[in-house]
Amino acid sequence: MEVPELTPENQAKAQKKLSLICFSGDFDKLVATFTLATGAAAVGYEVNIFFTFWGLDAIKKKQGRAFVGKGFLGKLFGFFMGGLRSAPVSRLNFLGLSPKIFRYLMRKKNVATLEELVEAAKALEINLYACEMAMHILGLEKSDFIHEIKGVLGVATFLEISEGGRTIFI
Amino acid sequence: MATFKLDITREHCPMTFVKTKIQLSKLNAGDVLEVLLTEGEPLENVPKSSREQGFNVLEISHVEGVVHKVLIQK
Repeated sequence: MEVPELTPENQAKAQKKLSLICFSGDFDKLVATFTLATGAAAVGYEVNIFFTFWGLDAIKKKQGRAFVGKGFLGKLFGFFMGGLRSAPVSRLNFLGLSPKIFRYLMRKKNVATLEELVEAAKALEINLYACEMAMHILGLEKSDFIHEIKGVLGVATFLEISEGGRTIFI
Repeated sequence: MATFKLDITREHCPMTFVKTKIQLSKLNAGDVLEVLLTEGEPLENVPKSSREQGFNVLEISHVEGVVHKVLIQK
């Protein structure tokens, strides 16, 4: 295998990679994840998002509350966890009223809504991955997620993919 | 070669960059994108990141007030 010369240009190119671990399923933290991801992709970064645990809610096909998952407990958790449209905010959620207020404010102030950011992430061909372990616990399958999911990964593969760039946990 | 227009004067981060990048990806080589944008981060970074991604920034000109025009060739 030919090893590329480590010139400053090559080094800068190698570092233009951002990998995000999306652990939270909170509305505000998902906005942060997708804002960073789409912004970085738009300025030429290779971007990977690894969705795990509550973060998996963001990539479910069913965006509202639905009995997604295997087994009684899996389905029950699936229902309470919900999807992108039922994501709560991390503070002052007011029984789900706050995400509605945020969506209203974002539209009114012409800031991209969470749904628009997710669509932009797809259009920018950001690499979306789901965590194999969290899927196993929650009884979720790849078919429960949007078709843009590039793969189902474990830690070792994620480390390989993210090597040489920056990694952020949200 | 065709010229396309994009107005991102009402957009905010990250959609300023995102809309420019998505629009540029739809163009054919040689096509030009005329981007209307505002001072501050869009004016500083849209031309810069376009150049870094191998696009040709043909012209940056002042339109009026805080609005500027950037011509980017694919």
